[in-house]
Amino acid sequence: MRGDIVLELTGAEIFVRCLHDEGVEYLFGYPGGAVLHIYDALYKQEEIKHILVRHEQGAAHAADGYARSTGKPGVVLVTSGPGATNALTGIATAYMDSIPLVVFTGQVMTHLIGDDAFQEVDAIGITRPCVKHNFMVKDVRDLAPIIRKAFHVATTGRPGPVVVDIPKDITAHKTSYVFPKDPALRSYKPPREADPAAIRRAADLLLQARRPMVYAGGGVVLGNAASELTELVHWLGAPCTNTLMGLGAFPGTDPLFVGMLGMHGTYEANMSMHECDVLLAVGARFDDRVTGDLDKFCPNAHIIHIDVDPASIQKNVAVEIAIVAEAGLAMRDLLAALKAAGRRLDKAALDAWWRKIDEWRARQCLQYDRANTEVIKPQFVLETLYRLTRGDAFITSDVGQHQMWAAQFYKFDKPRRWINSGGLGTMGFGLPAAIGVQLAHPDATVACVTGEASIQMCIQELSTCKQYDLPLKIVNLNNRYMGMVRQWQEFFYQSRYSHSYLEALPDFVKLAESYGHAGVRIDKPHDVEAALKEALGQRDRLVFLDFITDQTENVYPMIAAGAGHHEMHLATDRELA
Amino acid sequence: MRHIISILLENEAGALSRVAGLFSARGYNIASLTVAPTEDPSLSRMTLVTSGSEGVVDQIRKQLNKLVDVVKLVDLTDNERIEREMLLVKVCAEGSERDEIKRLSDIFRGRIIDVTDRAYTIELTGDGSKLDAFISVLQPRRILEVVRSGVIGIARGSGACIPDAP
Repeated sequence: MRGDIVLELTGAEIFVRCLHDEGVEYLFGYPGGAVLHIYDALYKQEEIKHILVRHEQGAAHAADGYARSTGKPGVVLVTSGPGATNALTGIATAYMDSIPLVVFTGQVMTHLIGDDAFQEVDAIGITRPCVKHNFMVKDVRDLAPIIRKAFHVATTGRPGPVVVDIPKDITAHKTSYVFPKDPALRSYKPPREADPAAIRRAADLLLQARRPMVYAGGGVVLGNAASELTELVHWLGAPCTNTLMGLGAFPGTDPLFVGMLGMHGTYEANMSMHECDVLLAVGARFDDRVTGDLDKFCPNAHIIHIDVDPASIQKNVAVEIAIVAEAGLAMRDLLAALKAAGRRLDKAALDAWWRKIDEWRARQCLQYDRANTEVIKPQFVLETLYRLTRGDAFITSDVGQHQMWAAQFYKFDKPRRWINSGGLGTMGFGLPAAIGVQLAHPDATVACVTGEASIQMCIQELSTCKQYDLPLKIVNLNNRYMGMVRQWQEFFYQSRYSHSYLEALPDFVKLAESYGHAGVRIDKPHDVEAALKEALGQRDRLVFLDFITDQTENVYPMIAAGAGHHEMHLATDRELA
Repeated sequence: MRHIISILLENEAGALSRVAGLFSARGYNIASLTVAPTEDPSLSRMTLVTSGSEGVVDQIRKQLNKLVDVVKLVDLTDNERIEREMLLVKVCAEGSERDEIKRLSDIFRGRIIDVTDRAYTIELTGDGSKLDAFISVLQPRRILEVVRSGVIGIARGSGACIPDAP
């Protein structure tokens, strides 16, 4: 190696080089003792932009929002001990929704591990059940290969968070840096192409369908397969429903879209599920909030299930045809097989099926009291937001009633516009997630739909928004209750509102102002539109809109936990009763 | 139904806890689990005995395969196979019992591997039912300690649970 000078770098410098070579744009983090070498290396470079959050949970959610809205991995850096435990809720949130994150946790010096050292926690142990995989770096020579593998595992197959735990001494040790070309792991081979025989059988089954139904979930969004889904559904002429995680995978304004399904799904979506004879499930996992009572689930249907994760197939519901493949590739092949068959679905049967669906649609299950001029109906705020943004905003949400209303009333025509914690149901997700979304899409309108309970769980991130001049629009549906808890207590606990009323709420207008933002309180329906319009027009600042809404409004339709799709409660049923 | 599953996994710290954690997190049964490095020091072999309905065992296999550390998995239940378990039993052996216990051990093809004037320690290998049977014939006497290894298994014939060719 005559004359070759191999540059020796510290682990901290290698860390920064690796992130740069992975194409990382933003790093969401919070410094602390175990990661100070890394922060020093970050100080000396300008390519990777570090976003300083106010709590490590916010870092993980912000990276998550970045990942959901771009399809690229979100990257997090936190210190050992409490840094890692604070990030854990965010990691679990990403895990449940299969979001690609790479989370770097600092660790105490190698020789102190296991000694109960200051800020020591077994990060590998506590994150194990809620990561796709995790690594501990024990030698600086392993650092670059492990980071390469972490990005590879997080972003391929069924995506998910990967944690890399780095002891402090590793970040000081030196070695030569070479970007590892091949991240291959002999034990990790995510499926790609579908089995042609299964595709042919699926095509045959679909062509015989008289009442076909397509049920598409978050896997279609994650797999960037929305256009393949749309093309396939249009060819079939079948109704399509999306799960909460799948909204936007199929255009929300398309006539073939019957709305979201499940516990708070539309009447037409759930009835179509109940009555269909062939169900095509794509990138959906038959979650309990979707299926209701499994014994009553799709009683008449032959089921085809496409999923990149074989463990999602036959887990909750027995299916006839299992297709383990990437959603986009499988649907591409399926459409080709359908076209090659040279025939279409029975036209008369399909027309009769749509007549039935239109009858269900005529029930107008998403009705609410639009004429009310006294008290703001939360649905009205969301309908107005939808109209004013022409359906083209990025909407993040927290968890509860407002989340369901946003899912019902904001029609998403594009994937990656609807950003919410579906699986884990993490209150506090919406605001930090919106930070990641706005950074990735600086010119887009990003609205965080939230409630007065959820927003307080990560309210400190308003400070991060100020530091980075993020012009979010916070739509706080303030009913002075944990609305969904209150709703369940009304229905199932004879209105005993145990600890679901927030008796001491901050003045959100002043709170927003104290963080350096604008705050507006709106309590009359006729002020809703003007307030939203004004806020949306402020392109350069965050506006916190505190809507004082009807305290007693409930989310309808509703399937009680453990009931079947055909056993829905519509709002009108209650009013008639 | 009982299943015996043979797993090759990366011989890395934490790999065992990933498997054990999966079983406790998802509420799967685990009857026995044995693990040791193989002739390739980068790999460990784990033999796991579990039970459940076909649906549950199908999920167990899939969830195990999903672990990034799992290189290869074979459900030996589907094959003609050989199962072995090792038993070390320390039994009180005094007076006339000493000859009787020795005879019983010979019948079961056990080996007495440690002797004192009051006790024998016997080593026995076989499938679980053979070990159970031996313990039950010893039962009327005073068993001081029983140590069992958990089951290991291998398929009959030339097929092998080894990593796929790269």
